Amino acid sequence: MTALDIAAAVRAGQRSAREVLDEHLARVEARDGDIHAFNLVTTEEAMAAAEEVDRKVAAGDDPGPLAGVPIALKDNMCTRGIPTTCSSKILDGWRPPYDATVVQRLAAAGAVVVGKTNLDEFAMGSSTENSAFGPTRNPLDLERVPGGSSGGSAAAVAAGFAPLAFGSDTGGSIRQPAALCGVVGVKPTYGRVSRYGLVAFASSLDQIGPFTTTVADAALALEVIGGHDPRDTTSIPQPAPSLLDVLDRGVEGLRVGIVGELAGEGIDADVLDRLGEAAVALEKAGAVVGEASVPAAVYGLSAYYLIAPAEASSNLARYDGIRYGLRVDGPTTGDVYDRTRTAGFGDEVKRRIMLGTYALSAGYYDAYYGKALKVRTLILRDFATAYEQFDLLLSPTSPCEAFRFGDKTADPLAMYLNDVCTIPSNLSGQPAMSVPFGTGDEGLPVGIQVLAPTLGEPTMFRAAAVLEAAAP
Amino acid sequence: MAPHLTRDDVAAVAKLARLELTDDELDAYTDQLASILEHAQDIEALDIDDVEPTSHPFELVNVLRPDEIRPGVDRDEVLAQAPDADEGRFRVPAFLGEPE
Repeated sequence: MTALDIAAAVRAGQRSAREVLDEHLARVEARDGDIHAFNLVTTEEAMAAAEEVDRKVAAGDDPGPLAGVPIALKDNMCTRGIPTTCSSKILDGWRPPYDATVVQRLAAAGAVVVGKTNLDEFAMGSSTENSAFGPTRNPLDLERVPGGSSGGSAAAVAAGFAPLAFGSDTGGSIRQPAALCGVVGVKPTYGRVSRYGLVAFASSLDQIGPFTTTVADAALALEVIGGHDPRDTTSIPQPAPSLLDVLDRGVEGLRVGIVGELAGEGIDADVLDRLGEAAVALEKAGAVVGEASVPAAVYGLSAYYLIAPAEASSNLARYDGIRYGLRVDGPTTGDVYDRTRTAGFGDEVKRRIMLGTYALSAGYYDAYYGKALKVRTLILRDFATAYEQFDLLLSPTSPCEAFRFGDKTADPLAMYLNDVCTIPSNLSGQPAMSVPFGTGDEGLPVGIQVLAPTLGEPTMFRAAAVLEAAAP
Repeated sequence: MAPHLTRDDVAAVAKLARLELTDDELDAYTDQLASILEHAQDIEALDIDDVEPTSHPFELVNVLRPDEIRPGVDRDEVLAQAPDADEGRFRVPAFLGEPE
C-alpha cells in the first residue's frame, strides 16, 4: 500500500494505524536481519504513535495528512531521546536533546516512525559500505549494494518496511540509492526543506528529501516537510509547493533537454538505452525533447570533492569527545581530542577530513577550494543558459546498476564516479529526482534523473509522473 | 599548479585535523589523496581567474529575528549526554600546564 492509500484508509477509519504498523513491523522482523536497513527499530515509540493516531480518528480529530503512515528516518536526523548515530562510532549511544524540524513536521502530520536507517558514516559514501555498523544489502539482490549514502532508507522502502523514508542528499545520496533500489527519490531545491536537526556534512549542499514507491507519495511527503523554518537561516521563506494537484497535468509542450555531458562517456550502454526510451516516452506525451549542454558539469566531480570535504572538515571539528558521544580519555584535553577522533571516525571520514583540511590550508586554498568555488559559478551559469532553452533537463541518475560489495571500495575515486550525474544539482542548489525506469542488462533497476531550475519542483513532478506511467 | 602531495604533507594535515595515523595509514592516505587531487587537476588547469566564486547556491543576507527570550534545549538533557559533566558544566582533563 502507498502512503496516500494508508493515510486515506486510516483517516476514514477503515484501517487502524496500529494494524498498519504491525504489518510493517512483521516485514522488518522477517527480512531486516538479512538486509540491515535499520540501525534501530523504535517499536515501542511507534506503537505509541500509532495508537495516538487511532485515538484521534476515534475522537473525530484530524489525524493529519500522513495519518498512520509508517516512515523510516536516515540516522543523521536528530530524534529527541532516541539514538542518532550517523552510523559512526563517534556518536554511538548519543540521544539528541531535540527533534529535527522535519521530524517534528512528520510527527505532527500523523506519521509513525518505525526506525532509524543505516548510512555511510556521516553520509560520506555511495554504497552504505562505510557504515560503522556494517553494510545494508540491496533488497532486490542481497549480494549487491543499495547505493548510498542513504542506502538504509532506500532499502527500507524497496523492502516494504515503510512506504516512505527520508534521506539527505549532498552529492546524490538520495537519488543514487533510489535508482539502485528501484524507488523514487527526490532532492528538493536547496532551502526548500529545513536542515535544522540534520547532522551537517557539507552545509551548502545538504538537503533532506523523500524515498517512496510512487511519485504521488513523494509529492505528498514534500508538501508535509517543505516550507520555511525560522530555525534554519538558509531556509527559503516560502510555503511548501503544491505538488499533488499538478501531477496529472502532463508534459504537453514542455521543452526537455538531455544533458549531453551526463549522457555519454562513463555511463553504461544499458543505462543510456533506458534514458533514450524515457525521452521517447516524454515525447509521446507531448514534450519537445532536444539536446542540452551544461559544459561545466564535467568539472562537477572535481569541484564537489574539494568543496564537500572542505565543509566537512570544518563541520566535523565538533566531534572532539567533550560534549557528547564517544570520549577516549587521555592526560590532557588535546590527547582526548586526538584519541577520540582517531578511534571514533572510520577510514572514509578521515580521508575526507584530511582532503578538506588540505584543500583549505595555507598555500593550497587558491589552487583547490578557491578554484572549486569558481567552478561552482560556471555550473550555475551553464544551467541558467540551458534553462533559457529548456523547462527541464534529463540524465541518468547513476552510471550503472547496483554493483557488488567490495567492487569499488579499494579505489575511492572509482566510488566517487558514481555521483557524476547527481553532483551538479547539489552545486547549483537546484531540484532533481530519480524515477525508476525499467531494468539494465543484469535485471536490476535503472533510474532516470529529472532536473529542474530553482523552485521548479511542480514542473519536475509533472514529468516524473509521466515517466512513472510509461516505465517499462 | 599545486605541487605533488607528499607523505609529509599528509602527516601535517593529519596533525591539523587532530587524527593520529599509523605508518601504514599514512602510506595509504598519501596514495589515495594524491589520486583524488590528480583528478582535480582538470579544474586546476582552468583559466577562470576573473570568475567570481560561489560559496552558496543563493545570495544570502543576514537573517534577523526579534531579540526575544525563548526556550532553548534543556541543560540537564544536554549534560546527560556528555561523557563527563560536573556542577552543570562539561568536565575535561587539564589543558593548561602539566597533567595531574
